[in-house]
Amino acid sequence: MIARSVVAALILLSLGNASARAERLIVSVSNHRVTVTPNYSGEELVLFGSVEKDAATPADRNAYDLVVTVIGPRADMVTRRKERKFGIWINTDYRQFLQVPAYLALFANRPFEQIAPPEVARRQQLGLNNVLLTQRVGTDYADVVPNDPFRSAFVRLRTQRGLYREDPAAVTLLTPTLFRTSIPLPAEVPIGTYQVEIKLLANGVFLTKTETAFEIVKVGFEQFVATTARQNGFVYGLVTAAMALMSGWMASIVFRKD
Amino acid sequence: MQLYLPIADLPVNIFLVLAMGAAVGFVSGMFGIGGGFLMTPLLIFLGIAPAVAVASVTSHIAASSFSGAISYWRRRAIDPALATVLLCGGTTGTALGVWTFTLLRALGQLDLMIALSYVALLTTVGGLMFWEGLRAMMRIRQGVVPPRRAHNWIHGLPLKMRFKRSKIYLSVIPVIVIGIMIGFIGAIMGIGGGFILVPIMIYLLRVPTSTVIGTSMVLTLVTMLFATLLHAMTNHLVDAVLALILMVGGVTGAQFGARAGQKIRGEQLRLLLGLLILAVGIRFAVELVIRPDDLFTIRELGVSE
Repeated sequence: MIARSVVAALILLSLGNASARAERLIVSVSNHRVTVTPNYSGEELVLFGSVEKDAATPADRNAYDLVVTVIGPRADMVTRRKERKFGIWINTDYRQFLQVPAYLALFANRPFEQIAPPEVARRQQLGLNNVLLTQRVGTDYADVVPNDPFRSAFVRLRTQRGLYREDPAAVTLLTPTLFRTSIPLPAEVPIGTYQVEIKLLANGVFLTKTETAFEIVKVGFEQFVATTARQNGFVYGLVTAAMALMSGWMASIVFRKD
Repeated sequence: MQLYLPIADLPVNIFLVLAMGAAVGFVSGMFGIGGGFLMTPLLIFLGIAPAVAVASVTSHIAASSFSGAISYWRRRAIDPALATVLLCGGTTGTALGVWTFTLLRALGQLDLMIALSYVALLTTVGGLMFWEGLRAMMRIRQGVVPPRRAHNWIHGLPLKMRFKRSKIYLSVIPVIVIGIMIGFIGAIMGIGGGFILVPIMIYLLRVPTSTVIGTSMVLTLVTMLFATLLHAMTNHLVDAVLALILMVGGVTGAQFGARAGQKIRGEQLRLLLGLLILAVGIRFAVELVIRPDDLFTIRELGVSE
């Protein structure tokens, strides 16, 4: 089965390179710019798409699989592990994850292991276990095996916060070629540019992919405060200190006992 | 009503935080303390990162100690000379504290150090206060007047200076050392330090009770303002929105607490305060000893946009 699909992939690749592509993906997200206001409590974007066939498409191919990957802005993160030392729990070991997505979602129309054989899944980064999360191990930079304790703890913690997610039933095929999926964005989504990658597969073979993007911006007083705090620490500190003095002074006037 | 805290990065119920501020304000007004040692732990237990809690509470304490300082100033219950000398040490201590805070944060041991400091300080001070309150109550019951030594070793130190309003003649060395100590732990733990400073000034420096609270409030005010500024500049962790809610709740609660406090006898008050401090300390200790729900934590080192 695997051998056959690899052969099929090779044939397809050569076909795809030689002539026009057999399939084309056309996608669109419901909103390219999500504004997060102070009372934002999470939102869902909808991604629509269709698979366009052309003359090169084999007539008998109609069972498509789709994998949608949403990659948020990247950041360095540290995962620390607590251990019992001298009777108390303290941080001991840590791993640094380099430029990993702050938000990561993987959606498909059926379980990833049914869509593609392991090596295709790994190469195409299908599923949370196959996404590249680079760690700094000493002086080396590498991704590790999916069951590495730090990697799995990292993925688990991000998943708990709704920032990493994997749903093999989120992509709905409305017709064999028309699909949709919703992209949930929790309340604490990081701001920045989000890349959406849509990969088309059939019979365990990668066919084509397309990309789109959307942007998350935070607006309102809270965002202004957060930005100021980060960029103008001194002014921010002065204003906070002045605010403290003002409210203390106001209190002494309001509650003056005479 | 949910409100999003910009720096703590957390939605909270505005009334919950307001009520917490008022409750802590009530207790602090009752005992005549800043209340930082209650506020910071409460915020931590609420789910706010210890670092953000410490940094934000500093500005809240500044507000409450300013309103206190104003009323003590009107009553001429502040010793300006003593306050100035204390502040020399206090600001140095605060700067050292914020620097240590930043260092510990980079090492990933800040939360542990905050918890450990709370355990050590609160159980010691709470235990001592509780013991002292018990003994005072016993003495009153037996009708014994406590012996009071006029001088101790501290009064033998050089560099003496006359503090007119407090009517004491005292070396500046212990005053500066105490200032450094209070500033340092205040910046790391997010406490004003009044509950340690006042007993130290009374028992060690023999500062009269007429000026001790007002003067200690001036130290709290300036070190906390300075700590707010430094935390905002170095770690960007001061949540002004959180601080403002706490201030509003805190200063209001403090007024009612002060009225309630006048109805309770001094030694009973000390006993209660001792118990309260002890309880918070033990709560932290338990947290450290029991196995955490999750052994792993993630810290984001800034999103690159």
